[in-house]
Amino acid sequence: MGSNGAGKTTLFRTVAGVLKPCRGTIEFQGKQIHRLSPDRIVSLGLSLCPEGRQLFPQLSVYKNLLLGAYTRRKEMSRVRKTMEWVYELFPVLKERRNQPAGTLSGGEQQMLAIGRALMSEPEMLLLDEPTMGLAPLVVRRIAEVIKEINRAGTTVFLSEQNANIALMITERGYVLENGRIVLEGPSPELLENATVKRAYLGA
Amino acid sequence: MRRGQFFREKWPYLILLVFALAVPALFPSRYVLQVITMSCVFAIATLGLNLILGYTGQVSLAHAGFFAIGAYGVAMMTKAGLSFWLALPLSALLAAAVSFFVGLPTLRTRGSYFAIATLCFGVIVSIVAGSWFSLTGGHTGIVGIPLPNAIPFPLVGEIGFHSKAAQYYLVLGFLLLTLFVMHRLVNSVQGLSFVAVRNNEVLAGAVGINAFATKLLSFVIASFFAGIAGGIYASLMRSVSPDVASINLMFNWVVYLLLGGAGTLAGPVVGTLAISALTESLQFLAEYNLLVFGALLVAAMVYCPRGLVGLVEAGGKKVRVYYRRQVGVRSDLEG
Repeated sequence: MGSNGAGKTTLFRTVAGVLKPCRGTIEFQGKQIHRLSPDRIVSLGLSLCPEGRQLFPQLSVYKNLLLGAYTRRKEMSRVRKTMEWVYELFPVLKERRNQPAGTLSGGEQQMLAIGRALMSEPEMLLLDEPTMGLAPLVVRRIAEVIKEINRAGTTVFLSEQNANIALMITERGYVLENGRIVLEGPSPELLENATVKRAYLGA
Repeated sequence: MRRGQFFREKWPYLILLVFALAVPALFPSRYVLQVITMSCVFAIATLGLNLILGYTGQVSLAHAGFFAIGAYGVAMMTKAGLSFWLALPLSALLAAAVSFFVGLPTLRTRGSYFAIATLCFGVIVSIVAGSWFSLTGGHTGIVGIPLPNAIPFPLVGEIGFHSKAAQYYLVLGFLLLTLFVMHRLVNSVQGLSFVAVRNNEVLAGAVGINAFATKLLSFVIASFFAGIAGGIYASLMRSVSPDVASINLMFNWVVYLLLGGAGTLAGPVVGTLAISALTESLQFLAEYNLLVFGALLVAAMVYCPRGLVGLVEAGGKKVRVYYRRQVGVRSDLEG
């Protein structure tokens, strides 16, 4: 977590290969990935759900999900199984599967963006500010689903401005300021940390 | 049950097919039939252009260049004694192979830069065709190209292509084949990736699509069909000249595509046939007919950017909503 301009989104985009680092390396499961193209990184099991609910607005919900499984397009039976799971996580997506993605509400669009990222069956899901600009009720629903995704065996790497939610559903937290980690530790401890409380929880 | 449903959903297509098959009987004039046949050849080329321009969103202006490669390929190979049925796929593959190497550098550019780079390639092809006298016959081109070889059929005997009607059916067959391939392609996950790249290249990458490879694939397939159309054109016209690589020809296809509806399957075919018919009926205006097309293109860009097909779809939707309001059923389109 970190405030505006701390470098959260830049970090996420660099990990996903959309941006290239000037120096340093990024390793995933012992493999250097910072020179790979975004599509190679996805097929290695790292999937980004980008900030701001980016979808293909003219395409239907179903087709957006299908595109998420592009790297697995040779195994359609498995893709269908994953899609069933995504529909279970977000039943509203199933109801609206033939509707253009651009006509969904903000919360539904975020659910679709998460669902699409899950379609590639990632080892690790990069979730960039999934609760930005959403109603409190929707935020709670998304938080529940993130925990469920994690329980199902996918590592979730979450970035949030909403520190409260972030620390409630995660195991470990890192505080980013000006592109550097200034604080890290188990989430319950950070929740009690005086600096975090003052700067991010408004207590 | 399933079959009944199939007919209930697809009957407009069956009517169209019956109509297409009846065309030689409905238009006995050799001239009219020739115009329709050539429009269908151009429709195949426009369908190819539709893949790269309509679905993938890359404005390629090299299409006439690949059409010319297909045309000259079939001209040279059949004159050398090769069967049309072998020369056609070989020429189309040649066009596809050339487009692969043209695409490698040019597809790294975007937007108008890609349009200019591909336009350059089209011009180069027409200059080479006009100047490489020993190979292409220079500006006179190649004449005396044989018609497609007759197909031997068991029982019914041979089917030749001397009559205009037979030539029409030949082209119709290729057009339907092209439509079938395009239909399968654009409705596959691979086809979806073309649209994804058109929509948002960066997001497509984040989803796991290699945008460059996707554009290259679309470009190569588009050029393959340009080559097919060129090859058929050469064999039916019996001659080729550097005109087949001309910019005019290609801009015609762009107009067919934009007026018909880019990014749809029906659009290129509807556009090609409608505009060709219009061109024929505006013959009396001579070169002033370009004024009509200019005005039409501007009007289409402003009032129906999705072309004729988009206009019909939007109209159909309005009619359905109106009808449901009349009978008092709440429409799902209003929600």
